[in-house]
Amino acid sequence: MNKNHRAPSNRTLSAVEVKSKFGAEFRRFSLDRSKPGRFDEFYGLLQHVHRIPNVDLLVGYADVHGDLLPINNDDNYHKAITVAAPLLRLFLQRKEEADYSAFGTDTVTRKKTPAALAAVLLRPDATKKKAPIIISLPKDFRPVSSIIDVDILPETHRRVRLYKHGQEKPLGFYIRDGSSVRVTPQGLEKVPGIFISRMVPGGLAESTGLLAVNDEVLEVNGIEVSGKSLDQVTDMMIANSHNLIITVKPANQRNNVVRNSGGAATSGSSGRSSDSNTSFYGFSIPGSMAMAPSHIIQNYEADEESEDEEDLVLEPDGGAKSLLESGAAARSTASSSMPALPRYESHLELRHANGTVASSSSTGSLNAHTRRNLEEDGTVITL
Amino acid sequence: MLNTGTMKRFRRHGHESQRDKHKQDLYQFNKTVEHGFPHQPSSLGYSPSLQLMAIGTRSGAIKLYGAPGVEFMGLHDENTAVTQVHFLPNQVELVTLLEDNSLHMWTLRAHNSTSELLEIGRFTLSGPPGAPPSVTRVTAVLAHSSGELLLLGTEGGHVFVVEVPGFRELEENNISMEDVQSRVPEDYVGRRNLECVEALHENPLNPRQVLIGYSRGLMVLWDLDRQRPVQHFLGTQQLESVWWMEDGGNILSSHSDGSYCQWTVTGEDPQTEPEKQETPYGAFPCKAISKVIQLPSKQGPPFLIFSGGMPRASYGDRHCISVIKSKTHEALDFTSRIIDFFIIREGENQTGEPSALVVLVEEELVVVDLQTEGWPVIQTPYLVPLHCSAITCSHHVSSIPLKLWERVQAAGAHQNTHYSTKPWPINGGQNLAPDPPQRDLLLTGTAGVFHTDADPNDNMNQGSEGEWPPFRKVGCFDPYSDDPRLGIQKIHLCKYSGYLTVAGTAGQILVLELNDEAAEQMVEATVVDLLQGQEGFRWKGQARLDVREEPVLFPPGFQPFAMVQCQPPAVVTAITLHSEWKLVAFGTSHGFGLYDYHQRNNILVKCTLNPSDQMALEGPLSRVKSIKKSLRQSFRRIRRSRVSMRKHHTNNAAKLQEINARLEAEALQEMELAPVQRKIEARSSDDSFTGLVRTLYFADTFVSDGTHSTPSLWAGTNGGAVFAFVLRIPPQERRAEDPLSAQAAKEIQLMHRAPVVGLVVLDGKGAPLPEPLEVAHDLARSPEMHGSHHLLVVSEEQLKMFTLPKVSSKSKLKLTAVDGSRVRRVGVAWFGSKTDEQLESSLVVLTNQGELHVISLPSIKMLVHYPCIRKEDVSGIASCVFTKYGQGFYLISPSEFERFSLSTRWVVEARCLVEPPLQMRPKNPSSPVWRDQSDGVATEHRNFNKESGGFESSPNQVMEHALLNDERVLQEIQKSLEGEQMTFLENNLKTTPKAGNVLSNGD
Repeated sequence: MNKNHRAPSNRTLSAVEVKSKFGAEFRRFSLDRSKPGRFDEFYGLLQHVHRIPNVDLLVGYADVHGDLLPINNDDNYHKAITVAAPLLRLFLQRKEEADYSAFGTDTVTRKKTPAALAAVLLRPDATKKKAPIIISLPKDFRPVSSIIDVDILPETHRRVRLYKHGQEKPLGFYIRDGSSVRVTPQGLEKVPGIFISRMVPGGLAESTGLLAVNDEVLEVNGIEVSGKSLDQVTDMMIANSHNLIITVKPANQRNNVVRNSGGAATSGSSGRSSDSNTSFYGFSIPGSMAMAPSHIIQNYEADEESEDEEDLVLEPDGGAKSLLESGAAARSTASSSMPALPRYESHLELRHANGTVASSSSTGSLNAHTRRNLEEDGTVITL
Repeated sequence: MLNTGTMKRFRRHGHESQRDKHKQDLYQFNKTVEHGFPHQPSSLGYSPSLQLMAIGTRSGAIKLYGAPGVEFMGLHDENTAVTQVHFLPNQVELVTLLEDNSLHMWTLRAHNSTSELLEIGRFTLSGPPGAPPSVTRVTAVLAHSSGELLLLGTEGGHVFVVEVPGFRELEENNISMEDVQSRVPEDYVGRRNLECVEALHENPLNPRQVLIGYSRGLMVLWDLDRQRPVQHFLGTQQLESVWWMEDGGNILSSHSDGSYCQWTVTGEDPQTEPEKQETPYGAFPCKAISKVIQLPSKQGPPFLIFSGGMPRASYGDRHCISVIKSKTHEALDFTSRIIDFFIIREGENQTGEPSALVVLVEEELVVVDLQTEGWPVIQTPYLVPLHCSAITCSHHVSSIPLKLWERVQAAGAHQNTHYSTKPWPINGGQNLAPDPPQRDLLLTGTAGVFHTDADPNDNMNQGSEGEWPPFRKVGCFDPYSDDPRLGIQKIHLCKYSGYLTVAGTAGQILVLELNDEAAEQMVEATVVDLLQGQEGFRWKGQARLDVREEPVLFPPGFQPFAMVQCQPPAVVTAITLHSEWKLVAFGTSHGFGLYDYHQRNNILVKCTLNPSDQMALEGPLSRVKSIKKSLRQSFRRIRRSRVSMRKHHTNNAAKLQEINARLEAEALQEMELAPVQRKIEARSSDDSFTGLVRTLYFADTFVSDGTHSTPSLWAGTNGGAVFAFVLRIPPQERRAEDPLSAQAAKEIQLMHRAPVVGLVVLDGKGAPLPEPLEVAHDLARSPEMHGSHHLLVVSEEQLKMFTLPKVSSKSKLKLTAVDGSRVRRVGVAWFGSKTDEQLESSLVVLTNQGELHVISLPSIKMLVHYPCIRKEDVSGIASCVFTKYGQGFYLISPSEFERFSLSTRWVVEARCLVEPPLQMRPKNPSSPVWRDQSDGVATEHRNFNKESGGFESSPNQVMEHALLNDERVLQEIQKSLEGEQMTFLENNLKTTPKAGNVLSNGD
């Protein structure tokens, strides 16, 4: 996916327009997209252009979805540069006055536009509550997992979605054969089952804290595993590895989500993380739009369908001879100008697909389809 | 309201049932016939009256063969080895003895004018209460010539008499060991313990007298009517077999010390000394003679034929049958263990001159013509040892044009001059299957080369001088390869042009042309560097083969004329030939290339290797195998061999079972202790062998723009990448001079990165593009070039349709995500109903679960699926090939192909009739049932036989096995190709009694 994104942006202008806002002041300047430099240089530059050399700043930018995201290291700085299309809006705050709650995807749903965003930032100090305890911002902003379908699953089960997309971290777990006991009309019955047998240290599965050794795997992306061999289940998981949703029966049943949360208080990380809106997983960066859904997904089959990975198609550029030129050229211009590119379609579709897109088979009407969705949702896309 | 409701429901129902009916019309699954040689044969029987041969196997199968095309198969429920097969004389029944000591009665029952092999009874001897099991452990069986009695000799030395076919024990007729022992002279050494009954033989002149041979050497002539012995022959050597000569006056006995004795039946009791004793390969200790036969011959002295008896020290490891007639003496030297042999004699009652010696060895059937000078071998029309060198790949070609067929046959005949011209001597039964409407070829590539000395031709004159015993190699089974690099990995034959390309293990690709004349030519090698100058890699695998610098004489047949050598010389993993464009594309784990065999130069090289893929760089695939896996395998092997070793002791069936059970339990326990784990990890570009080229495809389609179609080459890799190249091919008249060129046009990286196993381009009507030259020969309609073409990419995980020329995903079928199965084999096939001329193309897919799926085109929806191969049978799944008309083959053992059909229209089945010998049997039109294959009409698939009376029209299927190893051995290819020519393997069908006829589709 990342590759997809890099591709069009490389073709656009080599300069990035920057519009930086500190308090009520705006500064405009431009950066060379191909040589953005390091974050500390950029930080110095900001201090310089705003003439606030000794002020500690918290730098944020508005991404394509209108989320306010922080810039505090080389990685997210480069990310910000690459996705700027072509304008990069920066919001600077004094560190001591910083409103951390402004960051994150929450901002998407509530205040979608940069204007709304700005409103938050410009909130009069009088109404401001006491500054929260300052914790350092996470270095890497991507959701790694979420618990979904809490409302439709039995409390003993947990449906976990692992976001493999666009990151290098291995999924990192092993499964094995085993046997479990089921309650049947005939009484207790021992049946074969599939279990998580090992976690790879540092892997995605381990880092979520939502899966554990000896959890029984019940479903893979909505398909029951009972009656399937270990190899089949392995293949199913690998086939879905870009967007793996496994339903498990945790070996440790004490951390289960309790649905009527008004009553019994939940403790433990899993309980909290079931609500991906507020969790620290909630941060989203562009380019990993697969993680954008911030609601509980109820019909992930449909979602999964539209969620599908994009294959990368390369066609020869300038070097290609006459035979190919026309086609390739047409394609490349299309990709840089039209928002209705395949990769963009899927992007949009993704963000608004939750349960609404029945299937992707209606390819012909895809454009209209996504556009309609767009309107319904009223999302403004910053391009 | 109600009305419309019901209407709607009705309509929907009607629609569905129509679709179901359509499916039923087109698809049905049948396992039809087996081709090849039975795996692990364990016993042999022959009925002179029916002229049928029976072969029992270690897995409990029993197969009957008569005239070519007459074939029956049965399977014992017990699945244990068939140790003996005996036809009841002059009956249609036969008795089998299994390793578990059970006896089974089978019969050939005519039904609807075809015969079926049916099991009609089973029986296990029950001894007196408290008797040890050895008392009833059967070691010898005599099917009495009356057809009503069965005499069973046992390990305990008793002979039980049983009435057949009902298996009623006639206790009063039993011959107990005590009866015999009491009459044996006091001073006879064998008196103490006679040991088991080794042989039972009937007096050829007086059926009421039988000869009982005991293991310790004693033979007793017993009168069945008077229930007393007539004469004792006091042999002193361990007895192996007995033979009653035709005159009734003499008996031959063979012994474990390598000697045989002749005894005279005088009626005087007892006879203490044999008339004559001889150790044919004597002086030094010899191995046992396990069977001896002597038959009179009108011309001069009799034939003496015996197996074994070789000098223990020097030739103890040979598998020999010696044939002696007067001064002619030959030791036929087989390459595998001898199971059994019998002699076919001339004449109505098979009592005349011995005409052929039929030998069943573990890996093949050899028939020696005893009436022609030099005793040449008669070529077998069935039971071809396909595995005479291990099968490494197969390639099926449907509807061979008559011309090519004849040329291949002629070339084969030319090379097979050393075979006897005698017709096939086993010709019982009638083949009623209609002549197949088309000729198909199945080519198999093998792991090695025939040793030329295994060929009868070369050894015909060998061994006459100075060598003793006078060995003569017979048979062609030889699994040992000279050099593994010669192994064939891929084959592609163009049936219209006669061009054949084969690719081997060491990166060599040969292009061969069918030539009716012998030719002497030099084959130049074009070296192609697939690494394309990538630096810092050292190939640690095998070296390339040496190319011969001098011209080589090639016999008529397929002759190589061009060769490509890939560098590094890694195994060739994909190959395809386009005879119209005269191009060959080939791929290895490093990349792929395109070779122009007209101008003899290489046009394109594309390196697909991921630079960090050390595994692919270093050497052959076998290195990848994990230590754990190989350890597990070797343990299994040891265990298996331990089991099979014990199996040889036939007496310990019970013990054996116990051991098996224990081993099984151990294995289970082991499994529970250390559960198998599977790692869940997304595929990555850094995985090993992502650059391995899995499939190559030529297509004339719209690659670059929607108005002009161009020739193109498509390649799919293990890492889910698809490459497309546009080819510029000069017009026909300038083809020899103008340069060809290839330009990169597309590159698709599938996100799921699963291996690409198939690429198909569909034309404007959604039908797959025809094969090269098919349109030119008017055998296919030309592709629809109006409307947009589509590219279907089949990966192990999903099928995905892309538009062309602009590649964008249109539809897909995610197989793995749904049921966890992965695509192993894929093919395009045409299906049609029996009544409708219309054919439609579908995709046939075999998964790693052994399931066959039929998938519609161009909509890629699953239509039907059938379980076909056990999912544990990995080699079976890997060996599967599909035909263009919905049939397929896979290996059920190293030596046998199972044939199946998914089509209702094309089913190859056995239909044959065997009538009881006592009734008037309609004579076969011409006794040597060599049906002339080549007079079939050159048919295309539409000319199928529409006879509706239950006869399925069956495409002629001939199995070819070709071994192409290097230029030097090319003649072997022809030889084997020709081996097919006489095999009507396709006739060689057998009824599989258990095969369900129509499996309803699972929908």
